[in-house]
Amino acid sequence: MTISIVNYGSGNIGSVVNMLKHIGVATEVISESEQVKKAEKIILPGVGKWDSGVHNLRVSGVLSALEERVLNDKIPILGICLGMQLLLNSSEEGILPGLGCIDGTVRAFDFSRVDTGSKRLAVPHMGWNAVTATQESTLTESLDEKSKFYFVHSFYADLEASKNILLRSQYGHSFTSGVKKENIYGLQFHPEKSHRHGMDIMKSFASI
Amino acid sequence: MLRTRVMPCLLLKNGGLIKTVKFKNHQYVGDPLNAVRIYNQKEVDELVVFDMSRTAEGKVIDFDLVEKIASQCFMPVCYGGGVKSLQDFKALFSLGVEKVSVSSLLFDDPEIVRQAVEIFGSQSIVATIDLQRPLFRSTYIIKTHSGTIKRSLKLSQIVSYCENLGIGEIIINNINQEGTWEGFDIDLLKTITASAKVPVVALGGAGSLEDIQEAVDDGGASAVCIGSMAVFQSKGMGVLIKFPKSSELEKLFGI
Repeated sequence: MTISIVNYGSGNIGSVVNMLKHIGVATEVISESEQVKKAEKIILPGVGKWDSGVHNLRVSGVLSALEERVLNDKIPILGICLGMQLLLNSSEEGILPGLGCIDGTVRAFDFSRVDTGSKRLAVPHMGWNAVTATQESTLTESLDEKSKFYFVHSFYADLEASKNILLRSQYGHSFTSGVKKENIYGLQFHPEKSHRHGMDIMKSFASI
Repeated sequence: MLRTRVMPCLLLKNGGLIKTVKFKNHQYVGDPLNAVRIYNQKEVDELVVFDMSRTAEGKVIDFDLVEKIASQCFMPVCYGGGVKSLQDFKALFSLGVEKVSVSSLLFDDPEIVRQAVEIFGSQSIVATIDLQRPLFRSTYIIKTHSGTIKRSLKLSQIVSYCENLGIGEIIINNINQEGTWEGFDIDLLKTITASAKVPVVALGGAGSLEDIQEAVDDGGASAVCIGSMAVFQSKGMGVLIKFPKSSELEKLFGI
């Protein structure tokens, strides 16, 4: 099966393609609604800002095609970083509404009033951090206690229902680093840039 | 917990991997792709690559080489050197680079940097600040073009200047220490990290694990770049592409 990677203007598509190629998964990079309608499995990658992400998805018609394929046809989708955040309803980073596939708000890390001791907590949260699974899932079955993933983000998912939380991580406070609802998956970190740990997750998504 | 990032910093010149001392004495150390393959196998945290033959020599970016490097890396890659336009940023990100570093552009066309932040997000745009303290002077001077051109921005203005542009990370390099194996300029790091909200990366001078620890514990750095330590056996010795073991780093940072 081919994994379709949605290019909506501000993502680093190259690294996702590179890793999938490396593990022998066929890929195509898509950017039009007609292509989304034919896709069987989708990765929504992303770096960049919330509003420009939503705007780009909207004007190309990809947003409504995604909603149709993901919510009605229930094809598997994996959102990465901003791509995961866009699955939620709204974000403190912008004013436009997200896809709303999973109920929740994207919030900003704010440590200005948090006593973090002597160590300065910089934002963005940038670097390798651990994750803890809060439920079982095919996507994360390869996780072990040594698994670390590359994060780079200033905003995090705050979900309404804990049953949609897949992974939690710690930075200043505990936050949701992975989401899941039926056929919909999202990861705050970058599996495509997380060596073999990320590669294992990509293999799992390819097998779903 | 977030582990402190330690990353090899590679210098390119005309397609080859080089190492300098105080930005001088360019020594050829090998094929960059070979080095990158080894760092990927060693699962380094992140890779920083500066192409010194771009801005300084007025050449365009070697996109072909950047693509080859990025496609070998299953860790984040930061590229710097000769970035001038939004088109450059876009091309680099589409090749699989996570972060683009700017130096001259910060001063020559800050508006482009601001727009790049707007489009690609703060976390993708890095400012690399090379500083030098002339002999018998107490003030630092910011330099670009591999240390050949002076800029007028003062040390005390660096953090606010970068953060106002929306930069997501600042790499601080003291050229006096670069390639010397004598440790980082801790006072300089302290000055910068005291007011920075964004992560600050120490560059220039790493010679031992203790130096790395000092940059983090005393200098307040969020991450550390190693240059000579990552390409030479030891000071004055032959080329050896290497990186501290994960267990050594975990012990160093008490994780």
